[in-house]
Amino acid sequence: MIHSLFLINASGDIFLEKHWKSVVSRSVCDYFFEAQERASEAENVPPVIPTPHHYLLSVYRHKIFFVAVIQSEVPPLFVIEFLHRVVDTFQDYFGSTNVGDQLPTGQLSVVPWRRTGVKYTNNEAYFDVIEEIDAIIDKSGSTITAEIQGVIDACVKLTGMPDLTLSFMNPRLLDDVSFHPCVRFKRWESERILSFIPPDGNFRLLSYHVSAQNLVAIPVYIKHNISFRDSSSLGRFEITVGPKQTMGKTVEGVMVTSQMPKGVLNMTLTPSQGTHIFDPVTKLLSWDVGKINPQKLPSLKGSVSLQAGTSKPDENPTINLQFKIQQLAISGLKVNRLDMYGEKYKPFKGIKYMTKAGKFQVRT
Amino acid sequence: MAASPAYGEEKGGSSSLGEPEYGHDPASGGIFSSDYKRHDDLKEMLDSNKDSLKLEAMKRIVAMIARGKNASDLFPAVVKNVACKNIEVKKLVYVYLVRYAEEQQDLALLSISTFQRGLKDPNQLIRASALRVLSSIRVPIIVPIMMLAIKEAASDMSPYVRKTAAHAIPKLYSLDSDQKDQLIEVIEKLLADKTTLVAGSVVMAFEEVCPERIDLIHKNYRKLCNLLIDVEEWGQVVIINMLTRYARTQFLSPNQNESLLEESAEKAFYGSEEEDAKDAKAEVASLAKRKPYVMDPDHRLLLRNTKPLLQSRNAAVVMAVAQLYFHLAPKAEVGVIAKALVRLLRSHSEVQYVVLQNVATMSIKRRGMFEPYLKSFYIRSTDPTQIKILKLEVLTNLANETNISTILREFQTYIRSMDKDFVAATIQAIGRCATNIGKVRDTCLNGLVQLLSNRDELVVAESVVVIKKLLQMQPAQHSEIIKHMAKLTDNIQVPMARASILWLIGEYCEHVPKIAPDVLRKMAKSFTNEEDIVKLQVINLAAKLYLTNSKQSKLLTQYVLNLAKYDQNYDIRDRARFIRQLIVPTEKSGALNKYAKKLFLAQKPAPILESSFKDRDHFQLGSLSHLLNTKAVGYQELPDWPDEAPDPSVRNVEVPEWTKCTSREKRKEKVEKPFYSDSEGESGPTESADSEPESVSEESGSSSSSGSSSSSSDEEEEEEEEEEGSGELSEDKEEEEKRPKRKEKEGSRKAAPGSAGSPSEEEEEEEGAKKAKKKKAPQGRKGHAETSSEEASASESSSSGSNSGSEAEAKRRKAPPSSRTGPKEISLLDLDDCDHPPPPQPVPSSSIVSTSLVTDLEGLTLTDTSLAPALLSPTFGAVRTYELLHRMAGEGLSVEYCFSRRPFPGDPHMVAVQIQISNNTDAEVKSLRVSEPKPLSGMRIQEFPEIERLAPGDTASVVMGIDFCDSTQAANFQLCTHTRHFYVSIQPPVGELMAPVFMSENEFKKEQEHLTRPGEGKLTGMSEITEKLTLPEKCRSDHAIVQQVTSAANVGRVPCGADNEYRFAAKTVTSGSLVLITLERREGTTAQLTVNSEKMVIGTMLVKDIVQALAQ
Repeated sequence: MIHSLFLINASGDIFLEKHWKSVVSRSVCDYFFEAQERASEAENVPPVIPTPHHYLLSVYRHKIFFVAVIQSEVPPLFVIEFLHRVVDTFQDYFGSTNVGDQLPTGQLSVVPWRRTGVKYTNNEAYFDVIEEIDAIIDKSGSTITAEIQGVIDACVKLTGMPDLTLSFMNPRLLDDVSFHPCVRFKRWESERILSFIPPDGNFRLLSYHVSAQNLVAIPVYIKHNISFRDSSSLGRFEITVGPKQTMGKTVEGVMVTSQMPKGVLNMTLTPSQGTHIFDPVTKLLSWDVGKINPQKLPSLKGSVSLQAGTSKPDENPTINLQFKIQQLAISGLKVNRLDMYGEKYKPFKGIKYMTKAGKFQVRT
Repeated sequence: MAASPAYGEEKGGSSSLGEPEYGHDPASGGIFSSDYKRHDDLKEMLDSNKDSLKLEAMKRIVAMIARGKNASDLFPAVVKNVACKNIEVKKLVYVYLVRYAEEQQDLALLSISTFQRGLKDPNQLIRASALRVLSSIRVPIIVPIMMLAIKEAASDMSPYVRKTAAHAIPKLYSLDSDQKDQLIEVIEKLLADKTTLVAGSVVMAFEEVCPERIDLIHKNYRKLCNLLIDVEEWGQVVIINMLTRYARTQFLSPNQNESLLEESAEKAFYGSEEEDAKDAKAEVASLAKRKPYVMDPDHRLLLRNTKPLLQSRNAAVVMAVAQLYFHLAPKAEVGVIAKALVRLLRSHSEVQYVVLQNVATMSIKRRGMFEPYLKSFYIRSTDPTQIKILKLEVLTNLANETNISTILREFQTYIRSMDKDFVAATIQAIGRCATNIGKVRDTCLNGLVQLLSNRDELVVAESVVVIKKLLQMQPAQHSEIIKHMAKLTDNIQVPMARASILWLIGEYCEHVPKIAPDVLRKMAKSFTNEEDIVKLQVINLAAKLYLTNSKQSKLLTQYVLNLAKYDQNYDIRDRARFIRQLIVPTEKSGALNKYAKKLFLAQKPAPILESSFKDRDHFQLGSLSHLLNTKAVGYQELPDWPDEAPDPSVRNVEVPEWTKCTSREKRKEKVEKPFYSDSEGESGPTESADSEPESVSEESGSSSSSGSSSSSSDEEEEEEEEEEGSGELSEDKEEEEKRPKRKEKEGSRKAAPGSAGSPSEEEEEEEGAKKAKKKKAPQGRKGHAETSSEEASASESSSSGSNSGSEAEAKRRKAPPSSRTGPKEISLLDLDDCDHPPPPQPVPSSSIVSTSLVTDLEGLTLTDTSLAPALLSPTFGAVRTYELLHRMAGEGLSVEYCFSRRPFPGDPHMVAVQIQISNNTDAEVKSLRVSEPKPLSGMRIQEFPEIERLAPGDTASVVMGIDFCDSTQAANFQLCTHTRHFYVSIQPPVGELMAPVFMSENEFKKEQEHLTRPGEGKLTGMSEITEKLTLPEKCRSDHAIVQQVTSAANVGRVPCGADNEYRFAAKTVTSGSLVLITLERREGTTAQLTVNSEKMVIGTMLVKDIVQALAQ
């Protein structure tokens, strides 16, 4: 399994190392640096790099490479998934001030994911149903692919060993699910009820995919007119964002980003609302739109100046969209009820819904 | 650290603690710096009496180690604190020791006695951590001590310590491989452990120390399968991978028979000849054997128990199950993994990378599996390039005649991407689609030719290379394109592209006779400035032209060859010399010269553009070796299926051992487990499930009395369920109501715990049932329209009933239980798995029995007649009709349905539903059919054949089959006409979920006893439901009672000696669980109704229904 672990920061320094077996020299990371150089971008460093005596498996998160050194056959996902968990744990741990180091008591609990003797004065359980729309919209505005991925994140602060059941009004919407290990799988299989003893604190109860048969409502549209002319070194740029199927809710937190072709020198744009930035080095345009007011649609218009002398770019940029809609699960998923067994007190319960853009792209 | 041991630590200690220090910095940490003095303050702190100071010092030291600084000189000062009372300090000292003990072995020995003391500590956490450190310090001299410690820990009371012992095994093994034999003994012992906590760790040790000792797994196989869902995630991965290998050595290929049926479809483009040959061989072999494939129940157990893990949140677990299914499951079942793998594509990009590699390999072999998810592989501009290229690979593998136009449209957008590496890959992908799918070859070629005018040179170059390959397939038709490409030599600079063009022109110079010499002229001019690969192709072109058109090119060729003769590159010089000798006739050049033309202008086969993932599946999927496409160190080959299955009885577990083990755990407190049951302190899940010793002994006793020893896995399953049941009994009523439903589902899914006592007996019945159904089939079809057939069938059933009583007995006498299936326990496991019922075998005539059935029945020495009545034909009782679609809702179309109580022809696990459709409109209704059945999981619907037209006023009657999975959940589907669809659902009354079964009074009693055995503890309550009732006046005659009961449920009457008792028996249609009904009349008008069934819900609901029927 994992022999050693090296943490490498953005400037290429190994700032932390840990060895589980005998020490492996840092120099093994040179192979990693080579691959990094070849890859040009961090995200293109191959997660698995063979070297003469070792295999380097890495994940890249928070601008840090976590490089595991392996000596023999192991399922690569085993290591990669583990490294991501390590990062998650780091995040949790360094995020909080609670630095209570204890022996791993969880291992010995009846329920391995929950410590014993949990006590709260205010007992509360909050569940966030968050859905993301992944979509590719083509040039003409029609949907090429759209799907909804959802998660239920929970923050449960309950005394003792509560046993919860959560049921849905329309569980059939859930096509493909994956659970936190606390969820009783058989119960779900037979009754479509989530039955579980929750871990203490924050955790992801469930991730799901909404079945493809259900048509996905696309809450926003983008009208775009981007053209580069061959004759002049100027191009036209105009986009408008508008609400589509929003179920009467406000679309907010709208953010438009687009990677411009290399030939673009600068952009002179005026937004009807919000702020925009064009970075002439990375050629990234981003426009923080904010809320969409259906009466007055936000737009961004202006001209694009191109490198003189070169021909117009072949490609039109894709537009990436972010947005949020509060109090709406776009799939229509609804929690029916939450019940608690095993403890006497009455907890405070809360459910929140939210819809967000996932990987939402508009091709132009 | 290792690189700079002497002067690694620079500023040292406290001052540097907070700030980041990166890399080697010789300037700041020279030999002359005051390191050692700095460390003095740490030493002082370590020597102090205050734990807080010690802790602070240790924290700094550990931080130094983490940053790769050398802290080895502190060893003596640190090791002193190994016995420190403060647990925090102690832990950090351990961390230090593990890091430096190897370098300072002598000093490290000082600490050993502390660990040895720790190993005896009453606290399991301390015992475990002492063992962990002891086994991690890599000092060869303590190997014997480690060995002893591991052996002791392996018998520790605490499963946590035993787990740590399992972890220590590979460590010791890597330190001293001579210990292998002793370690294997420990592994064997720990493999027998029944806690989920230990399972994963010991299998890991097994894989590292003795993966070849597959024999150690036999006895633990079923246990591992059953524990799997409760093992922690990482352990699951290891176990699943190991079991995949195990299964490949112990079971037969589930696809050996399918090779007959499936043909070219799957192999359209990628089917390798090798595979064909292999399949053919298997085919021949299977034909020779004439033995139809029957999946080993243990094989099925593995597939069934791993399937839920596809829902794991852990990508490694999902991948492990996916590869298991890919390598072990029948082709028809592999599809389930696609959805889960596609889900993983939402995860981190590293996960995507690995998953896509595996999907790429799978999609070549099983294209159909991923086709529905085609769009999930569409590429976004924000994907990293390496992900884009893998997705492209998958899309290309999935391309076929039907979806190619969609895919090519996608590719068109990709061509315009800013990511040029990706564009190049897309062009290659188009090339592959074009070679594989003849239909689109010209379209693709035209598209690529258009790309030749692209502004980006890389795009053009890639296109040229791909076009070259495509043209080779049919050059004659494309001389225009060749001409066009010839012109490109003026502009295009990418060497590979230039070389490709030159090769093309040379190869097909006869198609472009005018242009070719001109190109050569230009190239001769620029020869010296070309890259080597281009030069080689110029020589090639010259040679070919010389042979075909020497008049125009003789001088040019000479010129080029002369230039080449003095080239710096020896390859080019060699080539020039060689070609000159070959083509230019001299007196010396002999025989070869005549064949020069044949040599150069031979017909060359077109290149095959194929996926780089082809045939990668000879590596176990999900493995590092698969990803790298080379064998990694320590990779265990995935063996081929054996031709003949090894003895399956090796997996049987003897009962005595079982009882012994459980009695060891007797003292365990009984804890009410709310969960799947996970490790709790000292006891594991199965242990606590067994915690009632009497139940176990009783179980073994009774099962041996019935002539079979039940398998451990079976028992475990049963008990697991039981335990879950007990956990919930305390919960409130509403809960209790839901609960059985779930149980019932579980039961039907598992099927194993369902069937009672002696397995062979049940098998006979099952077989009998099959046969009986077959006999019934034509009859059922003939009679479904009429409702008045009851009488006939009633008399028939009663007569057959009386016959079969004695015959069934005789049958049993003739055929000893063990005669047919080798080891009995195996049949117990998995007789009728509702997930995968035997393939439907529609047999039109009663005289024909399928060959497989015949072989199944061989050795049973049964006559046909004795088989017939085991499953009774419909009993009497008015057939009740239900409304499916009211004429108002159906806009004039009204639909009613009833349960005909006949076996559904073709599938014995389906309930036959007779549907009567009346057209009350004044127009003809056309193409009436069922569409889009949306059955709940496990439920299956066999639609009725489409009714083409139904005249106004007419009524049609059809039969459809529904497998309700023994649940009263409604089956939902749409009823469509040519204009409308209606959503309808059929909800079966519980009584229709079963079919009557015949048994003698004795058998009935035995079965009942088996279900209610007191030893089973809690199960008694679960499998027996009793209700008192008062019989109304009109319902006191024998006839009326029997009639009411049989109308409420599809059950068969069992003869009964007592006057005041009525007995009925049936089996649930899907899982074949017994349902026994007893109605006992007391004095006066009261009576007691008892229903025995493991299917709690069915039992409860049935009691309700029967009571209601009798009260009418």
